[in-house]
Amino acid sequence: MTASDGSDVHARLTDVTRVFDLASGAKLQALGPIDLDIKRGEFFGVVGPSGCGKSTLLDILAGLSPPTAGTVLFEGKPIKGVPDGVGVVFQEDASFSWLSVHDNVAFGLRRAGYDAAEIERRVTYAVGFMGLRDFAKAYPAQLSGGMRQRVCIARTLVLQPRLILLDEPFGALDQQTRLLMGEELLRLWRETGATVMLITHALDEAAMLSDRVGVMSARPGKFIDFIETQWPRERDSRVVSDPHFGEITSRLWEKLRVESLKTMGTAAPGAAP
Amino acid sequence: MNRRVFSREGWIRLGVIAAFVIAFEAFCRAGFIPRTVVLPPSDMAVSLWHILQTGEYNKDILSTLRNVAASAVLSVTFGFALGVILHALPRMRATLEPLLASYYAVPTFMFYPVFIVMFGVGSGAIIAIAVLLSVVAMIASTLTGLDRIPRVLRKTAAIYRMGTAKRAVLIDFPAAAPYLFTGIKLAFAYAFIGVIASEFILSGQGIGYAIAYAYNNFDNRNMYGLMLLVILLATAANTALDTIDRRMQSRMRRQ
Amino acid sequence: MKRLGDSVLLVIGILAAWQVLFWIAGDIALTSPAATAAHLWKLLGTARFWENAAETARAFGLAVTISIVGGIALGVMLGLNRTSGVVSEPILIALYSLPKVTLYPLVLLCFGLGMSAKVAFGAMHGLIPVTIFTMKAIMQIKPVLWRTAHAMRLNVRQTALTIALPAVLPEVVAGARLGFSLTLLGVLIGEMFASQRGLGFMIMSAMGLGDIATIMAVAVFLSVVAIAANAVLLWIDRAIPR
Repeated sequence: MTASDGSDVHARLTDVTRVFDLASGAKLQALGPIDLDIKRGEFFGVVGPSGCGKSTLLDILAGLSPPTAGTVLFEGKPIKGVPDGVGVVFQEDASFSWLSVHDNVAFGLRRAGYDAAEIERRVTYAVGFMGLRDFAKAYPAQLSGGMRQRVCIARTLVLQPRLILLDEPFGALDQQTRLLMGEELLRLWRETGATVMLITHALDEAAMLSDRVGVMSARPGKFIDFIETQWPRERDSRVVSDPHFGEITSRLWEKLRVESLKTMGTAAPGAAP
Repeated sequence: MNRRVFSREGWIRLGVIAAFVIAFEAFCRAGFIPRTVVLPPSDMAVSLWHILQTGEYNKDILSTLRNVAASAVLSVTFGFALGVILHALPRMRATLEPLLASYYAVPTFMFYPVFIVMFGVGSGAIIAIAVLLSVVAMIASTLTGLDRIPRVLRKTAAIYRMGTAKRAVLIDFPAAAPYLFTGIKLAFAYAFIGVIASEFILSGQGIGYAIAYAYNNFDNRNMYGLMLLVILLATAANTALDTIDRRMQSRMRRQ
Repeated sequence: MKRLGDSVLLVIGILAAWQVLFWIAGDIALTSPAATAAHLWKLLGTARFWENAAETARAFGLAVTISIVGGIALGVMLGLNRTSGVVSEPILIALYSLPKVTLYPLVLLCFGLGMSAKVAFGAMHGLIPVTIFTMKAIMQIKPVLWRTAHAMRLNVRQTALTIALPAVLPEVVAGARLGFSLTLLGVLIGEMFASQRGLGFMIMSAMGLGDIATIMAVAVFLSVVAIAANAVLLWIDRAIPR
């Protein structure tokens, strides 16, 4: 199914590690070594125990912080700083409280110097796509947490990124909203044809949305398993009732349980069996 | 248009104030309070109207407003600049923290006579003490505002590949703006208090001076007219600033 | 340990800045830190200084008691009912940011020159912030705490002592700290205008004589006392668990 000549590899990490220098002078290896190919157009989910370096991985791919060692290629070129064509959605509310929804979404386009008509066209599309049409003039403080996260997604979407990185974007939302936002994300992925990497701690979210799920180990985070979900491209949250969904989540949990216990063990000795 | 003013509580508030003024008026008119002590509110209003019509205190009023404006502008400018500098130098800030925390416990106003000896009686000493009273409020608000910029916004700025200057203008400043405005509001209120108090204690000009002068000359009519002017000016300015402040705070509120 | 080092550094910094200012401005406008300390030491040995200090302390003691006791009582009364709280808050805030010095002639005419006018004026400054802090604290007690008290079947007295009071204590102490500082300011301003006694009067009469050394010495004395008192209140504030 996948040719390994690299032509359909969108981002490639080779032997990537990240070591933090602590204030105490000690060194902490947060990540790696990691080898990872993200295929063009795939929906790649990442799960792992808390503190395993998932967000560090995202920061490296986004060019927000460089790896300590190893190489990171995006579209065949090494990443230096934030590359063109990458969009990021964070877990925390990153909407600009001083701008209306419309101006939030237009922010990146204005900075990139598009002409007014093009900005209007794209903003109208993105605002409509994310179901924010009636709230275009509202300010983030007037919206619910889920709506604000839609604003952030729309703000990323208008720049037509080829790789979208999401760092637990629905982490602060309630369960029903998460499922529906997941469907929105699938719709966005299908329509734009972008490559998506979704970091999450929710196994069901990863299992339902992804083409492929990478399972990370406890710190220092490495990939210990990859699971192909084999869902059709046209899918929605109803796959949770498919028997195959249960197989995926139980396999994910089997791997993750061991790693999570390690994390708990380091946090509270004696808690681990 | 503004629903808050006309809420149930708003009406009750208006009623309470009106009842207080009417009762005050009745007490004075009935002779429970002699006119040598307090004038009835209606007489104060008449006196204020007379003062504004004849313009006999225009010089003092203008002098006060000019000094308040100068002090507030100086405090906001220097307070903002010092706040930004201190925020960039955490070591220095940690050292100065106890000073900022206990600054308003010190009766700074006691140093007004020092400024009079230094600058002589006049606007120089008045503005100096008013700035001393208000600048720290602006410094503290600036520090709070810069501290409260969510980290995720810094990351977002990096995603948009902004440099430090661009980020400061497009992200940091608007994100901190509500706190900065609170600083401006406080700086203005403290500057007003500082100017009026200095004028009152010792000076040759301004509304505060005119009130003290009228008191010393048993001129209750002008004294109470000017007192009403100060109360109305301060309340109007503070209410206006407070309304904008609340609006900015509510825009910023996050879940 | 590091905090102590910082404080020492800060005091040295302030003294150095003062000394530099002295070199620039000259001894007509300012006395040097050493000269001020020497003069203050001399003043502390005079009966006149202590008579004035005692007068200020008496006025302040009365005023701060009225401010804190009255403020807490008023705050509790207004805060227990939501309507009265919402109605009075903007009025209290408007009163708080008023330049109260303009009202001093009114106080003088009502109370006459002397102790009671100073006490009243000091209390005017301190009462309002204590009231505002107490009232807001009462209003912001989480409803779940009242429900918890109900669920535990506490009576009114038990609820007040074990739930309400501990819940509002940090805010009330913060209000009292502000009330303390403002009452002191009010009393001193009261003494600066139309008074014959007290440290505020002492500063004003020294100014009349161009006696910069006494102005500086008394102002520094007041600052040190205020900072020390504030430090104690701050320490109490931080000792309250929250």
